[in-house]
Amino acid sequence: MIALSGLTKRFGDHTVLDHIDLELERGEIIVVIGPSGTGKSTLLRCINFLETPDAGQLTVGELSFDVTRATKRDILALRRRTAFVFQNYALFAHRTALENIAESMIVVQGMAKAEAHRRARAILERIGLADRADAFPAALSGGQQQRVGIGRAMATGAEVILFDEPTSALDPEWVEEVLTLMKQLATERQTMIVVSHEMQFARDVADRVVFMDGGRLIEQAPPHELFTRPRDERTRTFLRKVLASAPQPES
Amino acid sequence: MHALDFDYMAGLVPILLGYLPLTLGMAAAGMICALLLSCLLAVIRVSRVPGLNGAALLFISFFRGTPLLVQLFLFYYGLPQIFSFLVSINGITATIMGLTLHFSAYMAESIRAAIIGIDRSQTEAALSIGMTRAQLMRRIILPQATRVATPTLMNYFIDMIKSTSLAFTLGVTELMGATQKEAAGSFLYFEAFLVVAVIYWVIVEALSWLQKWLEQRLNRAYQR
Ligand SMILES: Nc1ncnc2c1ncn2[C@@H]1O[C@H](COP(=O)(O)OP(=O)(O)OP(=O)(O)O)[C@@H](O)[C@H]1O
Ligand SMILES: [Mg+2]
Repeated sequence: MIALSGLTKRFGDHTVLDHIDLELERGEIIVVIGPSGTGKSTLLRCINFLETPDAGQLTVGELSFDVTRATKRDILALRRRTAFVFQNYALFAHRTALENIAESMIVVQGMAKAEAHRRARAILERIGLADRADAFPAALSGGQQQRVGIGRAMATGAEVILFDEPTSALDPEWVEEVLTLMKQLATERQTMIVVSHEMQFARDVADRVVFMDGGRLIEQAPPHELFTRPRDERTRTFLRKVLASAPQPES
Repeated sequence: MHALDFDYMAGLVPILLGYLPLTLGMAAAGMICALLLSCLLAVIRVSRVPGLNGAALLFISFFRGTPLLVQLFLFYYGLPQIFSFLVSINGITATIMGLTLHFSAYMAESIRAAIIGIDRSQTEAALSIGMTRAQLMRRIILPQATRVATPTLMNYFIDMIKSTSLAFTLGVTELMGATQKEAAGSFLYFEAFLVVAVIYWVIVEALSWLQKWLEQRLNRAYQR
């Protein structure tokens, strides 16, 4: 189980996250939506401690601590239980696709190189890039790079994978293959928190959609409910805007 | 004016080449030590390790701000007067030490610039998968930074080879010291120093060529 309670983050005197409470069951898939600058990325980054929260309690599995008293050990343990998929992929430029995926197994889990490479190959197989194992990131398309980014997250064995707008930086032609991979992970019941503007993906895959605005969770509900009967005015306004501008789903 | 004594010069070449291993050896040893030290200094500067950062700045400032020859004299002639356990320090060790400290100060700044140039998102990615700061540096940042800095580091290596000639002022008979002795014996100063100049020149040209080749390869790296 993953739980945040009272999670708060300020940049200067700007409160970007305001006492966020959120709970996820193992295998649950949550999509976070909301206007720009609302704190969605900051929320994910705090869960991975890429940003240091100012207050709150973080729980991932057996690990639970007050963020104001987090030790180095807590932070490392937290990062080993969570993985991050970045908008701009952030692959290690000097490592091949295979090595990018194997890195955490070798360095963090202390696995022997041969074993790590064997498992990395299995992951490449699952993300459909077995034939690109020895390619460096610069030689891969955006979609392929992001799939390697997801493969790298999968390899950590993390209990939850955090996706920060994984398709926003992609050329339209590559979006689908990344969403397909994420759907595949969803059917395998990989716990995930996804920040995305892909409303169709949220509809298809999310167990719960969370709407954020101004650093707060405004409402959360299963997708069909949130999209058809939003309770809060702010949610309605937001949905009206994005659904109007979104391309109509192809039939 | 007298004509150049070509026979003497031709005979000198093999004699002087015999000292090449010592010259190149001191440069190589100095380079390896300087690489390690400069990486350490660069990491301290980039991560702003409290306390150490100031020390690194002072170190870099001093070793860039004073002539190498002065530093060599300081180590070889000066330090043993203060620290008696250094009395047995020989000229070769003192030279390697001087080259290391002097050049690491310059190299640290090149490596620091290269580190800063690496996309910050790779740092976040490394941390997000659970790496420690040390693992991040060793596995992700330094391999890329040293690669970016390689052409510049090669320049320092070339410079270092030429600087080994200063060892002769500490009584080391390396390439330059040997030439000095030969010249003093034959009184053919011009011939002797011309030969040694050409030897340095050829080495440096060969390394410059290697450097260009390496640079081209590095530009093509990570594209496969
Ligand atoms: N390092 C930082 N320093 C100062 N302010 C920051 C920093 N990072 C984010 N912010 C601010 O915090 C707020 C929330 O940013 P965040 O990136 O979390 O929003 P977001 O919901 O992810 O937006 P988007 O949809 O545009 O990605 C913004 O006002 C942003 O300017
Ligand atoms: Mg964002």
